[in-house]
Amino acid sequence: MTLTTSAPSEVKKSSKNKYIAALVAGFLVCATFLHGRATLFLDPSTNTSFHSWLNSISDWITFHRTSNPFLQIVVEGIRSFINGLVTFTQNLISQGSGNRSTPIIGWLGVVAIVVFVTFVISNKKIALLAAAGMTSLGLLGYWTESMQTLALTLGAVVLSLLIGIPVGVLAGIFPRFEKLLMPLLDFSQIMPTFVYLSPVTLFFLIGPASATIVTLIYAIPPVLRITSIALREVSTASVEAGISMGSTKWQMLRKIQVPLAKRTIVVGINQTIMAALSMVTIAALINAPGLGQVVLSSLQQLDVGRSFVAGLGIVILAIVLDRSTTAAAAKVEEKEPTEQSKRIRRITVGISAAITAAAVAISHSVTWAATFPGTGVIGQHLSNGVSSASAWLQDHFSNVTNAMTNIVSYLFINPLQWLLAETPWYIVGFAWIALAAIIGGRRVAVISAICIAGIIGTGLWSDTMVTLASTFVAAFITVILGIVMGVWIGRNKRADSIIRPILDAGQVLPAFVYLVPFLGLFNASRFTAILAAVVYAAPAAIKLAADGIRGVPAGMIEAGIAAGSTPWQMIIKVQLPAARRGIALATNQGLIYVLAMIVVGGLVGGGGLGYLVVDGFSQETYFGKGLAAGLAIVLLGVMLDRISQAVAKKNPLQQG
Amino acid sequence: MFIKHRALKVASSVFMAGALVAALSLNAGAAQAAAKCGTVNIANNPWVGYNADTAVVEYVAKHSLGCNVVVKDITEQVSWQGFASGEVDVILENWGHEDLAAKYITKLKVAQDIGSAGNSGIIGWYVAPWMVKKYPDITNYKNLNKYAKLFKTSESGSKGAFLDGDPSYVTNDAALVKNLKLNYKVIFTGSEAALITAFRGSEAKKKPVIGYFYEPHWFLSELPLVHIKLPAYTTGCDADPKTITCDYPPYALNKVARTAFLKSGSPAAKLIKNFTWTNDDQNSVARSIAVDKLTRDAAAKKWVDAHPDIVKKWLA
Repeated sequence: MTLTTSAPSEVKKSSKNKYIAALVAGFLVCATFLHGRATLFLDPSTNTSFHSWLNSISDWITFHRTSNPFLQIVVEGIRSFINGLVTFTQNLISQGSGNRSTPIIGWLGVVAIVVFVTFVISNKKIALLAAAGMTSLGLLGYWTESMQTLALTLGAVVLSLLIGIPVGVLAGIFPRFEKLLMPLLDFSQIMPTFVYLSPVTLFFLIGPASATIVTLIYAIPPVLRITSIALREVSTASVEAGISMGSTKWQMLRKIQVPLAKRTIVVGINQTIMAALSMVTIAALINAPGLGQVVLSSLQQLDVGRSFVAGLGIVILAIVLDRSTTAAAAKVEEKEPTEQSKRIRRITVGISAAITAAAVAISHSVTWAATFPGTGVIGQHLSNGVSSASAWLQDHFSNVTNAMTNIVSYLFINPLQWLLAETPWYIVGFAWIALAAIIGGRRVAVISAICIAGIIGTGLWSDTMVTLASTFVAAFITVILGIVMGVWIGRNKRADSIIRPILDAGQVLPAFVYLVPFLGLFNASRFTAILAAVVYAAPAAIKLAADGIRGVPAGMIEAGIAAGSTPWQMIIKVQLPAARRGIALATNQGLIYVLAMIVVGGLVGGGGLGYLVVDGFSQETYFGKGLAAGLAIVLLGVMLDRISQAVAKKNPLQQG
Repeated sequence: MFIKHRALKVASSVFMAGALVAALSLNAGAAQAAAKCGTVNIANNPWVGYNADTAVVEYVAKHSLGCNVVVKDITEQVSWQGFASGEVDVILENWGHEDLAAKYITKLKVAQDIGSAGNSGIIGWYVAPWMVKKYPDITNYKNLNKYAKLFKTSESGSKGAFLDGDPSYVTNDAALVKNLKLNYKVIFTGSEAALITAFRGSEAKKKPVIGYFYEPHWFLSELPLVHIKLPAYTTGCDADPKTITCDYPPYALNKVARTAFLKSGSPAAKLIKNFTWTNDDQNSVARSIAVDKLTRDAAAKKWVDAHPDIVKKWLA
């Protein structure tokens, strides 16, 4: 950032701001005078012909599943392969098979293997964490359920990597292929799972295969995207060196590009594991066994404590897997060890391998090592504690929290919804496209126009606008939290180490765990839906904003200190402006994560598209409408993503 | 893929060998399953009353008939799909679902209605008991407009908020509100949890809440909600959902079974056909599960041990 580059763009920016101000003023005038006209409102119980057409597709599949050769051979093949893989993993760690009532490897063996592998791929500290984490699953009383979840997750992760990494490598080499792939990836990450849950069971039947495929759809994109980015980021210098040495394309890939991209690819693996774990509860809706089942059945009984303990199990699994893969990524970067340290390491690994093997053998046959001892008294106490805490909160704070719901609803959500959902569609649509053009130029404007046309085509314009109003409020709260907390933990290492596990929990804890207390505190309302979205989206925004703050060059900070800035001046004048790009990225990701929770919002009174998706999942008649609502969410997501990305890219203050 | 340690390589080959052993032993296990009754796949839909049905049928089929019972935790739509794919043998508590019945019973002929489970379902409009004490005439729908402003929330604009729940259940509420000229707006909360929490809060904080609910349900034993009567149901009065002005019909909750399963001659098919009990029976088992936190098996045992005569009739 220097004065010479920022001065001209400063001018450009102010003229842009003028356009935006004019646009907003024009919009407000039109909205006031044309209020309530051409809102394209569709009654919740009405299907359009498009919805009925989608219904007829699902009918066709039901009627032809057994007679169509494609469905029979290809789908059956995939199904039995995945079923075999998952059943094998389950027999290994989570369920008895044949004459055995316990899995092939008991709890002691599993703990030993996890600790051993963590030790080999990362370090001692993480191995200890893994030991503590895995044992606590048993102490909470959910060892078997945790292993069922782990078995399914591992199966899905292995398949995700087998597909995602090679395709990601291809996408990294051939940019055109990646362009083709992009919409598909957007689609599978934004389309709500509820929409394709029952179609997937139509194809792959009820069982591990369907649960795995549902997870795959959501878990492949992260590793695929990150692999292709990693490959492209390998410096051209090293590629050129390879060419000058006469390497073939394949050699180059194997010897230079992939090894150099390793570290980033491991980050992708990490993201894929997290994505797979976030599907645990949804997959439970189609009979996937494990912790997700406990969470769901507790929700039916409104047992907050029990669902919290099961949710905690998922968080523990996530933290163990996250920390070990992250440490593994860091380790890949380490320097070549000396001969001596290599030898010491070989001996330690050898000894721990022997201990692990012994533990596995014992756990195969000895009861105390096969089945986790005890009845989970600790989990029981924790559960009771959480239940009473939740009841106490609702008893003592619901007046305050109800007031919060009212303030935010009347002050922000209702006016926004009035503007977006009750203004003629052509005014709102035109304003959007104009805004996209001002911010992102012609390309973004064209994409927005296509998305808006698509949303109108789904027949759900009015519901989309209701959802958009809530999405804005949620994104606004997310970004504010992202900046405030991001600045705090970005500047303060100790705060970071305390807050980070809480952020992880917010990202992985199934929303079903906190829906009941949220409903008690904030009523069934759009605000409750917004809060659920914020819990999920804010951690990502906070982490990204903190990364941005930490990435501010030390030189700038020192210059600020030398100039005698107070901490407050330092934040406002130096760190925030310099981290603007990171913050713009946080905004973009925050929006996408908010969209991912629209459906959960539909379960707590959020209405709009989220409710229609839930409705389509529960009523056959509205299957097509639910699918259309899912499409509208994807279109809305793509549009918001492209516009907010344009803000991040066009930032005049960006570095480098 | 990027890990070159030998230990892991060895581990992975051990893993593969284990895979073989496991696959072989699995096949052996399946062959030995209970010879006489075979396997019964019960769809277990996600509400506690249904879980109570599953619990008892599972318990009796296992212990009295020696069946291998597979309970599948799935939603209604997925359950019906299971009739076509052969993965579900029986649905124990079906609430209407005319569209699904038309598709799978009438058109595909893969399933059959095997009669009532003895439970009758009531769907309707409810308020918490304190409201009836304070506003005794609220139970008549004609007085609802008088109280509309009590129910106003941030979600309902200038009207009263009427809460709808899990969209799995049949609802005519939007049409009813319109056709009965009630000054209410239907709020689609989207889940049963939202409804129960709202009614709990209503009673605890004396906060006015009106909404859709149904019996049998374990929650009613915690808080006896009061049913608001709409114009009585007469046959055919709900034919056109757009002009409907009458209350919900009483539902005779029925069982649906897979045609091939019924023809298989499995003793479990007979048990399930005979299975019938009262709302009180179901509520007591549901309460054991939801309130006393018993497992499905323990809750079933408690009820079965106390009602040997009824179980004997099912097995006859």
